[in-house]
Amino acid sequence: MATAHTTVESAGVTGPRALLRRLTSGDEIARLVTLIFALMTVLITGMIVVQLWVNSAESRHAFGWRFFISQEWDPVFNKYGALPFIYGTLVTSALGMIIAVPLGLGAAIFLAELAPRRISDILTFMIDLLAAVPSVIYGLLGVFILVPLMRTEIEPFLKETLGFLPLFQGPAYGIGFLTAGLVLAVMIVPFIISVSREVLLAVPREQREASLALGATRWEATWRAVVPYARTGIMGSVFLALARALGETMAVTMVVGNNPRIAASLLGPGYSIASVLANEFSEATGTLYLSALIELGLVLFLLTFVINGLARLLIVVTTQRGSGVAQ
Amino acid sequence: MWRKTVNVVMLSLTGLCALVAVSALFFILGYLVYHGGRDVDWNFFTKLPTPVGEEGGGMANAIVGSGKLLLLAALIGVPIGLLGGVYLAEFGGKTVPFVVRYTADMLNGVPSIVIGIFAYAVAVMPVRHFSTFAGGVALGIMMIPIVLRSTEEFLNGVPKAMREGAMALGASKWKTIATVVLPAARNAIITAVLLSLARVAGETAPLLFTAFGNRFWSPGWSQPTASLPVMIYTYAVGPYDDWHRQAWAAGLVLLGLVLLINVIVRTVLSRGPSAQRS
Repeated sequence: MATAHTTVESAGVTGPRALLRRLTSGDEIARLVTLIFALMTVLITGMIVVQLWVNSAESRHAFGWRFFISQEWDPVFNKYGALPFIYGTLVTSALGMIIAVPLGLGAAIFLAELAPRRISDILTFMIDLLAAVPSVIYGLLGVFILVPLMRTEIEPFLKETLGFLPLFQGPAYGIGFLTAGLVLAVMIVPFIISVSREVLLAVPREQREASLALGATRWEATWRAVVPYARTGIMGSVFLALARALGETMAVTMVVGNNPRIAASLLGPGYSIASVLANEFSEATGTLYLSALIELGLVLFLLTFVINGLARLLIVVTTQRGSGVAQ
Repeated sequence: MWRKTVNVVMLSLTGLCALVAVSALFFILGYLVYHGGRDVDWNFFTKLPTPVGEEGGGMANAIVGSGKLLLLAALIGVPIGLLGGVYLAEFGGKTVPFVVRYTADMLNGVPSIVIGIFAYAVAVMPVRHFSTFAGGVALGIMMIPIVLRSTEEFLNGVPKAMREGAMALGASKWKTIATVVLPAARNAIITAVLLSLARVAGETAPLLFTAFGNRFWSPGWSQPTASLPVMIYTYAVGPYDDWHRQAWAAGLVLLGLVLLINVIVRTVLSRGPSAQRS
């Protein structure tokens, strides 16, 4: 092993002769070619930002910051305001998170801490399959299964029991913020589960054993010693899921109701940034209309970019701290 | 006693959470088979869509369209992802791989509809019409980060001794990579490529305004084309019962395809490299 290692080291010696040898043997060329392909990833990402910025110029100049506070969306009179869409995106994502985070965390704790390894592996495999289901399929089930169910069963029930809250008033259409939030929740649960499970599995054994040795029950050991240890990583998984929910297009478009509206009631129809892009982009007439839609795309890009960055940071911090303690 | 009760209650609740999450998969599969099973027949795979009210239509053009889009996507995504991954794993220094890795993760998180806007801006706006090519560009860009990061990961998993063995025999670095390292990671990389194809096969949002849609065959690469996911969307939100039935059938075919690739690849192929390594 040691001798093999020195051979590799001496092959990497720099100097004119070594460089010449590397050139003739093709190493330099291979390095350059692969470098170019690697940099293309950076180039394409950069181009996405530039294209969004340049093509939204007309709308940015015409509306400035008013774009974000105006509620008017009127293609006929060329008046565009993003507020109802931003509101809808945030509300549906928040609803999805409220349902998905406890569910996902609970399932992740079960898979990482309680289930026997074999069962845990099988269930995780199924969760991975669930993550692979295309979003248009969720939309299909949303339209034909969930929406009628919401209209005839769930929403009337909510109105009866919680109708005194402004959140659950108004007619039960079936479509709307609440339905979109539910579909989003089902869609992002697999992501929360698989990342959280891995973070929980990375918590050192000692953490559990020390807690159990002090007389804690299994649940207390998990909730007070293991989960806090993995807290940052779990937060990371939550932010990753949030970024997905914000950018999710098809399933939301099919059940949200497509009505740019800001209202307290979760039962009524709404809209989201991604949905308005899906619905109106291919039919946008006039450069200002198109430019306003592209500016919405830019907003969505920046939103998910910040949340994703935060998520990666949190996950990196936990894994580094985890390995530090393990050593 | 109280603590024991809390223990049992909370632990069962976590089990329930897992059960609920997993049961979603069976609900989805069950509903699709129930509603779509009857309409997946020979016509579905061989006929063009018929006008509303006429029996016997299919989605042959959408299936071929999806195939063409995936081929284009692979032509864009695989070379960039694979060779970029080779660079990160084999040649990289410190700064460049960090930047590439970071932007790849970012690109992976960009909402698919935003990638669609980009493809629209670079491949539709200049020529002023929707095309198969533009759709392929959008899907190809989505594949890049997945192929890139998994190639890097799998190459890093190839034992160092194999590289050292090849180099000790006098092979240059690129020869080592091409003849020893890449073949060793071959199955794992094929797995990653197939999984990324399965992922973009179901993408709808970026195709809405790039590949658009088409009720007929789409010759060549510069015409708008139908694709399975977009057909599911338009048929599901359309007003006709015929369309809804076809949407269920197309959903079943698409999901079946995606899940089949996932199951086969994850159970059969992914065992390859570890078996080779031992």
